[in-house]
Amino acid sequence: MQPETPARLRKLRGAAPAQRHNARTVAALTGNPGCARRAVLDAAGIDKDALARKIGHPAKFGQSQFAITRGNAFEAQVKANGYAELLRLLRETLGLEIEEVGSKDLNEVAGNDSQELRHIRARQALEAAVNGHEPLTFLDHPLLRLDVGGNDVYLEPDLVAFHHDGVMHVVEIKSFAIIDDQADGGKVAAAARQSAVYVLALRKLLGDDRVSHDVVLVCPKDFSNQPTAVKIDVRKQLITLDHQLSRLARIDTLVGQLPEDLSLELDTHTPQELVDALSRMEARYEPTCLNSCEMAYFCRSEASGCTSALGATVREELGGIEYVARALDLAHGKTVPSVEEVEATAMLQATARIYRSVAA
Amino acid sequence: MSAISSYARALAAGDGRAYPIASRRHLHLSDHPLVFIPLTMAGEANAPLAAMIGTDRDSPSLLVVPQPRNRDLRFAFAAELAGHVLRYVEDRPRHGVETYGKEARTRYLDAPQMLVPNGAGVGFVKLFGRSTRFRRTTGQYAVTPEVPLLGRWLTWFAERAEHPGCSTLVAMTSELSQHWASGQSALEDANLAAQLAWIDPPAGSDAAQAAREAEDPMIWPPSGPSTDPTFDNAVLAPAIRRYDEGQHERALAVLERELRTQLEPTWRLMWQAYDLLRALPAGDTVESRWATDRTEFTGHHIYVGGGGLPQARRDGAVAAARRLQRLEREQQEYDATRALDDPMVMANFRVTGEAFTGTVVSVEPDRRVVSAKGRRVLRPLVVVRTSDPVRLVAQTTVRSPARPSQDATIIDISGELVTLQIENGMGRGATAATGSLPIAGDDLTYTSIFPDGIRSPELPSVDDTPWTHGGPPQPYTPSDDDAREVWE
Repeated sequence: MQPETPARLRKLRGAAPAQRHNARTVAALTGNPGCARRAVLDAAGIDKDALARKIGHPAKFGQSQFAITRGNAFEAQVKANGYAELLRLLRETLGLEIEEVGSKDLNEVAGNDSQELRHIRARQALEAAVNGHEPLTFLDHPLLRLDVGGNDVYLEPDLVAFHHDGVMHVVEIKSFAIIDDQADGGKVAAAARQSAVYVLALRKLLGDDRVSHDVVLVCPKDFSNQPTAVKIDVRKQLITLDHQLSRLARIDTLVGQLPEDLSLELDTHTPQELVDALSRMEARYEPTCLNSCEMAYFCRSEASGCTSALGATVREELGGIEYVARALDLAHGKTVPSVEEVEATAMLQATARIYRSVAA
Repeated sequence: MSAISSYARALAAGDGRAYPIASRRHLHLSDHPLVFIPLTMAGEANAPLAAMIGTDRDSPSLLVVPQPRNRDLRFAFAAELAGHVLRYVEDRPRHGVETYGKEARTRYLDAPQMLVPNGAGVGFVKLFGRSTRFRRTTGQYAVTPEVPLLGRWLTWFAERAEHPGCSTLVAMTSELSQHWASGQSALEDANLAAQLAWIDPPAGSDAAQAAREAEDPMIWPPSGPSTDPTFDNAVLAPAIRRYDEGQHERALAVLERELRTQLEPTWRLMWQAYDLLRALPAGDTVESRWATDRTEFTGHHIYVGGGGLPQARRDGAVAAARRLQRLEREQQEYDATRALDDPMVMANFRVTGEAFTGTVVSVEPDRRVVSAKGRRVLRPLVVVRTSDPVRLVAQTTVRSPARPSQDATIIDISGELVTLQIENGMGRGATAATGSLPIAGDDLTYTSIFPDGIRSPELPSVDDTPWTHGGPPQPYTPSDDDAREVWE
């Protein structure tokens, strides 16, 4: 990273404390790697939820306290009594010959550790474990670091790692149910993507051969609270993640294109000023953003009139024309196509003519 | 998605109103559908929170679980739901039976039809069926006999719903998007209120604006099964806490009032959607697909009545392969028959070049050719002028929806002219029977898409399941383990 970039990002954020990254936000970032707006906002640690609310387009995925309660209770149950339940699962369900020798919670102490310090502590403990210097089986809440678009981010450590034969494994505890050995495909895919983020961060720390690509997913079994465990191979997700992270436009370049004095400080700007500032950062809205990004409703209103707002396939089937109005004008012969649009226009006109012939 | 539906979406976005992509209704709609709107508690595995159910739009029944984490209360809900569903299912055979087919089998004249708001509603039916069908009526954790029976029927509904063209369990948003293109994305169409705002906006309001408002859970509560997190935190959690503290009556009164206000808007939307679809004339093949539904219902009704076992947790390899094959065949049939029934659906195949519509410009009715057997046979030629982008090739067999039993072969395509040779369906005389041939000036559509094209490979019998697929499976019998499974 260029030396001035952190300062620029701090200036963009203003006095508010930086939002932390977690595996979910990194995974979401790679879901739409072309979105410069999200890349900059995340790199600067801006509270997107508060920002979206201030400009009048609040995100609509609040969390129900029932879901939080259930998630926390399940996690606590799996980790209770010195990880007894988790140990049983690893032994019985996955058939690992694993011995409980010790564990370490690397969560922050009294809240006054700096992130840097916690990260160093986590690294030391993880290295001690894989090198056999210290008899540790479970390491909880290690604070990991990952390079996202040229910017080092700390990952909120929602994970347990366990050590087996010199190799670390990631355990992901989720509260969605596995019913008759089947679970919601979308949720499993999301869990696999998040685990891949942890595996990647651990590998950066310990080396590729010291961290397994098999992660352990722990979920409630059927309709009960009893946990069950499955192994998931995240090699595919790792390749995608690594590829997309390296492909992310370098944050230096993105920040370099913004005006020097640009600021998104919530307390000192009017909503209109914030919207103007946001319009300097190019967004790439697609409907799936609504499920994953706090800014989605703002970007959607901004993208109104674009064919991509109707979905990627719709845009493709409209010949890749960017705006709905232009696609319709071309289809109805009201405007002259450019050279690149000739082929799409022929298809659009045929579609329009056939539709007209059958519409009452 | 298709070029036609994408174009219609663009039109809708440009004009601020939905555009039709079907001119006929392609599903059966019962006179007395069972409308069912389930709600679940966030975070739990399909734990019922409430439901609105009924066949009468003016008097729905409200079911509420005051503490969804309580196992006994869940089973009380299951028993109450069973009362509604089983009564409805058992009423169907009372409408009488008919005989059909060469072997003169019998089937009921009516079958149940359950309408849920969206795909997630179908998911609820499936999982709730799974969580109740193995329950035992004796011993530990005993439930009333209706509960496992409900589970088997819900499982049947959910399994049937995977079959293309099935009308016994219908997700409203999916059916609406089969008939209308809105000006928003498919993802946003999964919200029933927003989708209906595009199709049938409130009088005097802008569809796009109404659709945005419909996304606000304060104005339009979600159509379930997930509830609005803000509602969970602000309303539901305090009421449930009050119930836990022992103030049962007061808590229940609050919950019933609040959950009713969450469910009633969706209840009205369900009937609005029903009326919209019902206003469309049914496609010609809707009746025969409904007959398949009735046959399936009859079979399962008799099986359950005869004490058959509940559906297994998992299919065996051969059964799964057979099922997949059937689903593929049904999908192909469903797509083809819908196109033959409805020129707006056929338009999709015209855009892709698998069908064309045009005007007959000339007919050579007396043309004869020498057949393979050496006889001179009648094979008239018909030339059709079309401006559709035809991508069929010579020697392809095509048929017209207007003349479904007459095959034609494409002889030549040059520019806008397609030359067809009529193969059959002209009567037995030396010349073609009157009216059996198209005449100049006729507007006709021809397509290579037929409902009867697919041939499936043979599958082994269950006893011959190859070792690669685990060998012959153990015959399924429900075990005590199935029944004892904790549900809390």
